[in-house]
Amino acid sequence: MLALNVFAQQIAADTAPKVLLALAVLALVFGIGVVFVGRRSAKKPSSGQTLTKQATESPVAVASARDRLSKVRSSFAGAITTALTRSAITQETWDELEEALLRADVGVATTSRVLAPLRELVKSKQIVEPSDLSAALRNEMTRQLSTSSRQLNFDTTLNAPNIWLVVGVNGAGKTTTIGKLSAQQHALGRTVLMAAGDTFRAAAGDQLDTWAQRSGAEIVRGAAGGDPSSVIFDGVARASAKKIDLVLADTAGRLQNNTNLMEELTKVRRVADKGAGKVTEVLLVIDATTGQNGLTQAKQFAQATQVTGVVLTKLDGSAKGGIVFAIETELAIPVKLVGLGETIDDLVEFDAAEFVAALFN
Amino acid sequence: MFETLSDRLGGVLKGLRNRGRLTEGDVTEVLAEVRTALLEADVNITVVRDVIERIRTQAVGATSSTALNPGQQIIKIVNDELVAMLGGETLKITYASHPPTVVLMAGLQGSGKTTSAAKLANWFKSQGRQPLLVGADLQRPAAVEQLRVLGAQINVPVFSAPGDPVNTARLGLAEAQRIGKDVLIVDTAGRLAIDAEMMQQVKEISQAVQPKFTFLVIDAMTGQDAVTVAQSFDATLSIDGVILSKLDGDARGGAALSVKQVLGKPIAFASTGEKLDAFEQFHPDRMASRILGMGDMLTLIEQAEKVFEKEKAEETAAKMLEGDFTLEDFLEQLQQLKKMGSLQSVMGMMPGMPKELKNAQIPDDQVKRTEAIIYSMTPQERANPELINGSRRVRISKGSGTTVADVNRLVKQFSEMKKMMKQMGGKGMLGGKRGKGSKGDGIPDELAAALGSRLGPR
Repeated sequence: MLALNVFAQQIAADTAPKVLLALAVLALVFGIGVVFVGRRSAKKPSSGQTLTKQATESPVAVASARDRLSKVRSSFAGAITTALTRSAITQETWDELEEALLRADVGVATTSRVLAPLRELVKSKQIVEPSDLSAALRNEMTRQLSTSSRQLNFDTTLNAPNIWLVVGVNGAGKTTTIGKLSAQQHALGRTVLMAAGDTFRAAAGDQLDTWAQRSGAEIVRGAAGGDPSSVIFDGVARASAKKIDLVLADTAGRLQNNTNLMEELTKVRRVADKGAGKVTEVLLVIDATTGQNGLTQAKQFAQATQVTGVVLTKLDGSAKGGIVFAIETELAIPVKLVGLGETIDDLVEFDAAEFVAALFN
Repeated sequence: MFETLSDRLGGVLKGLRNRGRLTEGDVTEVLAEVRTALLEADVNITVVRDVIERIRTQAVGATSSTALNPGQQIIKIVNDELVAMLGGETLKITYASHPPTVVLMAGLQGSGKTTSAAKLANWFKSQGRQPLLVGADLQRPAAVEQLRVLGAQINVPVFSAPGDPVNTARLGLAEAQRIGKDVLIVDTAGRLAIDAEMMQQVKEISQAVQPKFTFLVIDAMTGQDAVTVAQSFDATLSIDGVILSKLDGDARGGAALSVKQVLGKPIAFASTGEKLDAFEQFHPDRMASRILGMGDMLTLIEQAEKVFEKEKAEETAAKMLEGDFTLEDFLEQLQQLKKMGSLQSVMGMMPGMPKELKNAQIPDDQVKRTEAIIYSMTPQERANPELINGSRRVRISKGSGTTVADVNRLVKQFSEMKKMMKQMGGKGMLGGKRGKGSKGDGIPDELAAALGSRLGPR
């Protein structure tokens, strides 16, 4: 393997266009890689032993449905309270703040970025008390989330349907979000049509159908395995003919490194704009349990579909969804909505101050 | 994207290279980089601390060794440690003496339970068993319908009944006994670990069907919360193993390490694609390098494996090393490469690639032009580019819509490439004769150590 890398460096040293050579390196690497993998899989060990079960121990923390959210938000209370009870800002104070942010999935780079200016303020003695430090951090993070508009884009001047496209990885909660969004928009007096663009996952259309019935929306479905672009195009045509205000377009979940599926999504977006309506919102659904991969998701989906907002789902669980702080501050994609449960009205506006407070609670 | 651990350590170790050994201070600095790499991979911070301490002891102890350079040592220690932590006991699937063998699937919403249930059923089928799937997710709209469709695709019957999930599961068990199925896989609704009511329900399902195996399905993209989730589910259900889903994504998958560490239960299966047979037993070694950010190479190889035919690839590699590689072969490789996605992204994934190359723009039209030039050659010319004289060059450039200079460049580069490959072949690169030939920042050495330990013939 070394030889390959040396080879690659030799190529780099050459100033001539080296595309061809680079390709050759790749080709060679693959050839050899395949050989190696072949050898390796031939020698796969197959040892194992049966595991015995252990008795169930302590029950899960109990929380009533009503204060579920607030309970969750104080479950990691330990980290910060100890920081606050100290009399002076020490290395431990910093460590604890850092840990709280890391535990909330804010990420290493973003955490360093938000702590850096505070380190300056402490150094210059502008902040002395640990409690002031914590408050300053909170304020600073809230401030960084204050520049975006979180309004859902709905163009009332458009004499055609607004189209909101919902995208994201598998299992993020796209279909459920559409159901809730439909109910919410319906309550605002808008007529809604759902376009079942997830033609891939088994029964995704049925799932959406249930939500359409629950929320009083129309639905346009295509054949299983059919072309999502055409389903959505048909949906827009139907909405336009029936003077429906809003088309909520579902798409199949896809992992952002799947080039073909991402290209398909680009096409979906392009085709959706071709009919009578106009795409006014592309919502990326991010599961609150998502770790650092969320940032990659946002980058790739934004590149493929010009995402206009993030919906953070499953925030009623124990995960804090800190990655959306990185997404909004680094990629300038505002978080617009938050999903808090499985019932139809569990979709609320994102509140920056509340979100930041919860990261530390 | 995140840096690989070898890239990170490259910077830190640069200054140490000549000293050949690590002081305790160096180790601390190096471990800070390892810590960042692990956190970026979503390994839980408590687990990270644990890993770092284990590594520190070994790293300081290993400083007097002169067999490997410091970078190689550290990467090897970290890699070995992660493999050890991820591996250990594997889950051996055994079958109940009184069938059916019941398997219970549990996890958060959207983690991939239903798909994993179907994939698992397919796996049991491949083991010669006759599974029955039970749809006990009566919560999510159309979840049972989804399971039915998947069941039909793999030819496995699906049972469900409306009403209460606990009762549905119980009826499913009776149904399996009635129709003589020997494996019963119960799919349950997604639930939050902190939802006491729902956790109680899944506990009751478990009590009703007495599963031989309870699997927790964890999304490979999960962040820090994986630990909380795993602990809660284990406390309620006593988990036997973990199924890691969506591993075909590009998440580093540190959650696997976190969960393995806090539960001490094996990761049994990994779900690696949209198709129902994209489901395999878990490989700790591959996961370790992936968490360290060095798994892209393996991913690439796997991707390559899918598009390249193995025999052909071996043949071509041998040809290349012998210098028998023709433009025809090159064209073929180019086309197979194109199937793997944009060449830019493929280049980006190569570890140890010099930065200039990683960032080199490879416009698709340049690739097209290269193809066009080769297409405009006769078979003889492709096999033997020396034939290409002045008038042939003009013809080729006209045929491909390029200039004579373009054709010249291609021919020249191709012959240089061939020469270099032949030299490499002569050096016996596959024999592991690595030597001290590493120039520049020396990353390749570490990489080679890491890759060699995993990929090399054992």
